[in-house]
Amino acid sequence: MATFLSLREAVATNVNNGDAVAMEGFTHLIPYAAGHEAIRQGKTDLTLIRMTPDILYDQFIGMGLVKKLVFSWGGNPGVGSLHRVREAVEQGWPRPLEIEEHSHAAMANAYEAGAANLPFAVFRGYIGADLPKVNPRIKSVTCPFTGEVLAAVPAIRPDVAIIHALKADREGNVLLEGITGVQKEAVLAAKRSIITVEEIVDEFGPRNANAVILPHWTVGAIAHVPGGSFPSYAQGYTRRDNAFYINWDPIARDREAFLAWMKTNVLESTPEAFAVHRRQAA
Amino acid sequence: MNVAVSPSAAVTPTEMMTVVAARALKNEDVCFVGIGAPSAACNLARLTHAPKITLIYESGTIGTRPSVLPLSIGDGELCDTALTTVPVPEMFRYWLQGGRITVGFLGGAQIDRFANLNTTVVGPYDKPKVRLPGGGGAPEIAAHCGEIFITMAMGLRAFVDKLPFVTSMGHGEGGDHRARLGLKTKGPTRLITDLCTFEPDPVTKEMTLVALHPGVTREKVQSQCGWPIKVADDVRETPAPTAEELEVLRDLHARTRKAHGV
Repeated sequence: MATFLSLREAVATNVNNGDAVAMEGFTHLIPYAAGHEAIRQGKTDLTLIRMTPDILYDQFIGMGLVKKLVFSWGGNPGVGSLHRVREAVEQGWPRPLEIEEHSHAAMANAYEAGAANLPFAVFRGYIGADLPKVNPRIKSVTCPFTGEVLAAVPAIRPDVAIIHALKADREGNVLLEGITGVQKEAVLAAKRSIITVEEIVDEFGPRNANAVILPHWTVGAIAHVPGGSFPSYAQGYTRRDNAFYINWDPIARDREAFLAWMKTNVLESTPEAFAVHRRQAA
Repeated sequence: MNVAVSPSAAVTPTEMMTVVAARALKNEDVCFVGIGAPSAACNLARLTHAPKITLIYESGTIGTRPSVLPLSIGDGELCDTALTTVPVPEMFRYWLQGGRITVGFLGGAQIDRFANLNTTVVGPYDKPKVRLPGGGGAPEIAAHCGEIFITMAMGLRAFVDKLPFVTSMGHGEGGDHRARLGLKTKGPTRLITDLCTFEPDPVTKEMTLVALHPGVTREKVQSQCGWPIKVADDVRETPAPTAEELEVLRDLHARTRKAHGV
């Protein structure tokens, strides 16, 4: 049931050490402010789940808060590698990182299976590819009708899903538009959820035909955090800051530069700091 | 307009690769676009000879017409200009696995002679020398698009005799390997590089040199390839970019740099 909370309270009461956490967003609506709050609160030993871990997960992993990453493509889109992820995998710094790797199709299907309360997802996948040789959670099933052998992966069922959305109304219904990613599936698959929103409104008003609406009784905590997806974006509210993604590369390459950046911009900052990006874009 | 450019117009190898890839696309294609050279090629095709091509990005945007190249597959520009935008699970289930995409564009860190690709690791999987971003959509793009075009710059670290890891299958071990695994799609039909174009041998499926870009020799291609290349009987010379192709491509890149604030 939707409950309006401060971001600090939402994270404190919904994220526990050791949880499996899915902070989704397919380039669009990545919940940076909520992620930063979890980093500030030192939530640790996390299993992070996401199709496309980007800078936000680089930050969690570089801060040593993650024991396992479940993913299908881990990079800085259009720029290159995630250097904190690479150092954790290649050197074990600041701690070794266990990985469970899939393809996009597998994870998208696995979220749907989670939302649909099924134990696993079935799809025509991984044909001729090596991932099934290194990931024991990729298995196969035989179609009982045709005999075709298909790929199977376990449903994703996070302890908590965290997303950023455009609007909540006062009842706690949530709306997002634009590139809708796997956010609906992640929330419906998870035991608990935190949703940060750009705006709280009396009425949603006119919306796009492909708008995603999560009814209030399917969501958990809602926190009002304008600009909360920066440097990702919120369709119609803020723009993606492509220069930020490009400029992140040299920061993440260097341990000291990374830690200094995190101290200033995350550990000593607040959710309110994100609002400035909303104003600049308006 | 179809005017040949004067040699003084200094075409870069990357521009040459992009132009050749763009020419391979047709108006009626429904194309799964990746970021980087494929995105430039697909949009160059749309802005020149194939204005009605349907471009699909894995973020869910269908029929998108960006005025600048996106930095990532989910930039807002793609959604703003799309015919429709669908959720990501639907993109992979109905559109890709459903067999509704004619051409998929792929690239990778490494490729072998049968156009299998590696974007996962260099070195052992459990103790990698280099951890790469991973497969993303590629394993299923390679399987389910009608055919695959690959764009990659040549070099000895990229064109390797044996892949440490197969992220996405091209022609596997060659011959009828794809068909034996139940695949009905063609797999890689073109490998377009900064120096030349390869196409699979009709029987063995080994990638075979069929066209050299202007000024490039077979020896130069061989020097950048980690296996002894197979050469077609009649190797063509790639026609140089036209003035229009170059102008549109360069304008697109200039707009893109400005839009990304760098």
